[in-house]
Amino acid sequence: MSNPVTVEKYRNNFLREVEANVEEGDWVKRCMQCGVCSGSCPLGPHWEHPPQELFMMIRAGKRDEVLGSSSMWMCTSCYNCIARCPRELPITHIMHGLAHYAKRLGLSPKNQQTKKFAQKFWDNLSKKGRVNELKLGLSLYFMNGFMEGVKMSLKMQKVGLGMLKTKRMSPFEMLGGHGCKDSKGLQAILNKAREIEEAKISKFQG
Amino acid sequence: MTDVVATNQTILVVGGGISGMTAALEAAECGKDVILIEKNPSLGGRVSQLYKYFPKMCHPTCGLEINLRRIKANQKVRVLTMAEVASITGDTGNYSVNIKVSPRYVTENCTACGDCRDVVEAEFDDEHNYGLKKRKGAYLPFFMAYPQHYVVDPRLIGTADADKAKSACKSNAIDLDMQEESLTINVGAIIWATGWKPFDAQKIQAYGYDRIPNVITSVEFERMMDPTGPTGGKILRPSDGKEAKDIAFIQCAGSRDRNYLKHCSRICCTATLKQTTYVREQYADEGKSTIYYIDIRAIDRFEDLYHKIKADKTVFFLKSKVANITQDKATANPILHGVNTEGYKRYTNSHELVVLAIGMEPSIDFNQLGVNLTINEHGFIENDPSNGGMFGAGVATDALDVNRAVQSATASALRAIQVVNQVATAEG
Repeated sequence: MSNPVTVEKYRNNFLREVEANVEEGDWVKRCMQCGVCSGSCPLGPHWEHPPQELFMMIRAGKRDEVLGSSSMWMCTSCYNCIARCPRELPITHIMHGLAHYAKRLGLSPKNQQTKKFAQKFWDNLSKKGRVNELKLGLSLYFMNGFMEGVKMSLKMQKVGLGMLKTKRMSPFEMLGGHGCKDSKGLQAILNKAREIEEAKISKFQG
Repeated sequence: MTDVVATNQTILVVGGGISGMTAALEAAECGKDVILIEKNPSLGGRVSQLYKYFPKMCHPTCGLEINLRRIKANQKVRVLTMAEVASITGDTGNYSVNIKVSPRYVTENCTACGDCRDVVEAEFDDEHNYGLKKRKGAYLPFFMAYPQHYVVDPRLIGTADADKAKSACKSNAIDLDMQEESLTINVGAIIWATGWKPFDAQKIQAYGYDRIPNVITSVEFERMMDPTGPTGGKILRPSDGKEAKDIAFIQCAGSRDRNYLKHCSRICCTATLKQTTYVREQYADEGKSTIYYIDIRAIDRFEDLYHKIKADKTVFFLKSKVANITQDKATANPILHGVNTEGYKRYTNSHELVVLAIGMEPSIDFNQLGVNLTINEHGFIENDPSNGGMFGAGVATDALDVNRAVQSATASALRAIQVVNQVATAEG
């Protein structure tokens, strides 16, 4: 039988932090380092640290390297890793959980494109409870500066006009746009959720 | 009609593989009456399909011969082949077992001369060789088969081939009117030595067993090494029949995987280490074995074998669970993709042949049997007091190698003997 005191000693702070604060983080300790997730990842060659390496780094207590990594932002949610993991770890969800946690702490890499998009999407969506596609599209075009935005807009001109013609996009969305029935109520829900999560995280003492 | 004398002091052993033969013999040599039933036409089981045993690398034909001699010499053992349990009623010390005996269409007059085989034209997949080659419709299961009697495949009945076989037989041993028999016997204790089957490799979709011809299983690899086997003892690629010298072994194919078998099959690591010696036996320094593994579980005395194999310059160890296998169209070589977890290096490796170290699962779904046995989450029999006079032996109880299966069988024989001894005492 394992000695609980010894077990606690070897479960370092960062692993405990991940277990407590990261979505699905309590699965990390179950990884047996077989490598099938890393091998199955279609974007694997572009990652600095594939999932199984991230899990090992978490267990080794490499907090800054893990949370500052761009790796988990590369996940495209193809679910290959989850399908093949012999221990049924929800790897995709852990990746998103890590990315989310790193961003919340302000440790995620600057100018990470996925992160930027995620923020713009969230800002757009959370305002009225509905995605304003016109505004979201434009904000993405101008994400990397004014000149880039103009160039991109010209490039996408045909697609945009086509969408207008087939009524897939309305130009009037520019003036406020549509939303859910009670956007104030939505704000209240989101604020409460944020409050609960922050209270949970601040409770973690390491 | 098959006549069998049995009393509630008789022990029934279900399964005539190495465990069943051992359990039957240990009990019979202690003076108990034993009935040994086997579903197939011959005793021998999975062990008879192996080329060599680990760790001593001797041939199973040797151990098989010893056991068969013991069976032939012992009047206490009654062997019934092509027999299966249909139903069981009763309790410890007094079971009533209904046994279904399929027709062999060949009587005990058979001298195994092979004349019937020669005249029959129809061919079927050879079960003994996992379908890697064909056999005739009248056949001897394998050269050491016991009983040493031919079998007429039931698919032959009613065809001209069957009549040809009958007229070719000089000993008048073929009886095409043989029918399925049902017999009910009374026994005191039952030993389940039903063994294992290889996990269905097709289910591991990423490894392409069903679509890449040069991906085979470890049990098929064993058959290739047999001089009387499908390739005459050579390691030949199924795609083009060329010799394969660069061979990859993939560990945990089905085992230790919650998508397939949750348990560790325990034998596959050592079996692969053994199989690398086959590659060396064939090609000396010209061959190459690469083992893809999560961790090598060569326990206790097998550690020596592991170190010996590690010292072999033609054997490479790569720590990785292979993610998937594709096929190179030009060469038909399987290409393995994954990440080497020692250094996190991505690889795309081409090999001439891939052997999946396939996991073991119980050959019978005991839960479907309608018998009151305690079965664990992996489908194996738990030796539990609530099983009464029924005991598991060998791989029916867990994934075991031959050595441990024999130990388990001996233990089950001792348990069964105690039950029938109690019956004897009670009846004075």
